[in-house]
Amino acid sequence: MATVAATAPPPAQARKLAIWRDGDQIAHLVTLLFAASVFVVTVYLVYQLWIHSGPSRAKFGFGFLTGRTWDPVAENFGALPFIYGTVLTSVLALVISVPLGVGAAIFLSELAPPKLSNTCTFLVELLAAVPSVILGLLAIFTLVPIMRQYVEPFLKATLGDLPLFQGPAYGVGYLTAGVILAIMTFPFIISISREALLAVPREQREAALALGATKWESTWQVVVPFARLGIIGSVFLALARALGETMAVTMVIGNDTGIHASLLSPGYTIAAIIANEFTEATGDVYLSSLVELGLVLFAVTMVLNGAAQLLIIATTRKGSRRD
Amino acid sequence: MNRTAFRNVLNNVMLTLTGLCTIITSSVLFLILGYLIYNGWRSLSWDFFTKLPLSAGELGGGMANAILGSGVLILIAAVIGIPVGFLGGIYLAEFGGKTFPMMVRYTADLLNGVPSIVIGIFAWTVVVVKMHHFSSWAGGFALSMMMVPIGLRATEQFLRSVPSSLREGSLALGASKTRTILSVVVPAARQGILTGMILGVARIAGETAPLLFTSFNNQFWAASLNEPTASLPVMIYTHAISPYDDWHRLAWASGLVLLVLVLIANVACRWVLSRGMSVQRG
Repeated sequence: MATVAATAPPPAQARKLAIWRDGDQIAHLVTLLFAASVFVVTVYLVYQLWIHSGPSRAKFGFGFLTGRTWDPVAENFGALPFIYGTVLTSVLALVISVPLGVGAAIFLSELAPPKLSNTCTFLVELLAAVPSVILGLLAIFTLVPIMRQYVEPFLKATLGDLPLFQGPAYGVGYLTAGVILAIMTFPFIISISREALLAVPREQREAALALGATKWESTWQVVVPFARLGIIGSVFLALARALGETMAVTMVIGNDTGIHASLLSPGYTIAAIIANEFTEATGDVYLSSLVELGLVLFAVTMVLNGAAQLLIIATTRKGSRRD
Repeated sequence: MNRTAFRNVLNNVMLTLTGLCTIITSSVLFLILGYLIYNGWRSLSWDFFTKLPLSAGELGGGMANAILGSGVLILIAAVIGIPVGFLGGIYLAEFGGKTFPMMVRYTADLLNGVPSIVIGIFAWTVVVVKMHHFSSWAGGFALSMMMVPIGLRATEQFLRSVPSSLREGSLALGASKTRTILSVVVPAARQGILTGMILGVARIAGETAPLLFTSFNNQFWAASLNEPTASLPVMIYTHAISPYDDWHRLAWASGLVLLVLVLIANVACRWVLSRGMSVQRG
């Protein structure tokens, strides 16, 4: 107490100076500004999409989402064929990549020795780093001919009675886009599902095995359900990625603005039509319709990503708590 | 007995299937790399790195302008993206309170998930519309938007992994918070932050969609940053969908160069990171 009384507190101004000389306030402020800029820019992105889609929203309203025609000459635009194509190709991708991805994740977490598991995961995660335009390049010259000559004729010969597999085999179309999207999405499913499965406590497996379950029964009926939120989260993340994927899909989708039931027929996706027509678009309504398509895509992927984040956080927390 | 036999068969069949899934998924990378080397290697030559692309029908030519263009775009993106990501990450890890950092973190994750084509539209509205023409600036800005969230979260993550005893030691010696961050915390996390940034660069190096209507394309050298410029990913796209065999040849070579660079960056970073992790755990 005596010392406090002895050294008189410095005048307010001097203290302020000392703080500024310290630099802490400045550093705090500067880093805060940069962190805030991330927030501001993202809000600005939404604002810009909203403003620039104005003419289209004013002209078509919600009818834009259900319109089936895309006629630049008459300036009549509807998004349904593209929404349909985007959803269809993404669902096809998941139909292929979820069983493959979850299967591989099960093998990597339950059966493979750690070294093999890490190596395979490493290879799969490297696959996620391959630029999509390169996958598109390979798809044009390898996947499309294979689909045209072997896969699609085979599907027509065996399942041709279904409306899903009718019409000529072009090679390009919904199915080919779905296959290439599956290759782009399974790295996410494998990587995240493996983490979720590895976070399942050992006791769960041991208890199931001790009750007489086979390895598969213990895995499928105990471990997988335990990790299900993380696996579902990885699927959501893969779906968000598939919906927004542009280049590889643009190169193999076939660019047809109709709505077709057959998986073999050419179609279009939201990202593909923006990529193809944005630089050629003339007139306010045309351009703003493309921007509005971007806004729709943004909204859908944001909701999916948000949900995926929550699910993944929920599982990783649960795993670490029980450990 | 029958039931047990069925369960055992099911067990073996399903476990084999999961192994098969693993083989299929792990081999895709080799298929891609192998096919690209097979097709691209023959087309790689000295001309590829030094000559301009020729118009359709002429044989030969290279991608010199696209290689330089990609380099310039990545440089612009890094000059904007790295400081924002780095300083923003420092704020999140060292200064942040509760609510605001959480908001920033959430938006960064959101931004990371925005489809790249939408980022392209945004850069178009912000830069191209204002400048009235395509430019390297617009392309670089679009790419920086994709880089910021990666750099931000990498910086935050590795700063947080620095033990708090290091911070306390520095503060106890009388150093200010800023001095502590600059001289103790950041150097301790330097390796991780650096690899995070390189991974960010590797990710944007192959991005095509945001460049289509920002930096556009150019058959010649771009005279300044205010002009549309060629870039490797966009060149791969335009050459791949063209009907000319000689253009396909250039697309394969460009694809091989781009993929090898991206993979080397990724492998190196992951190797460094895995070493760093094991040191920390031990």
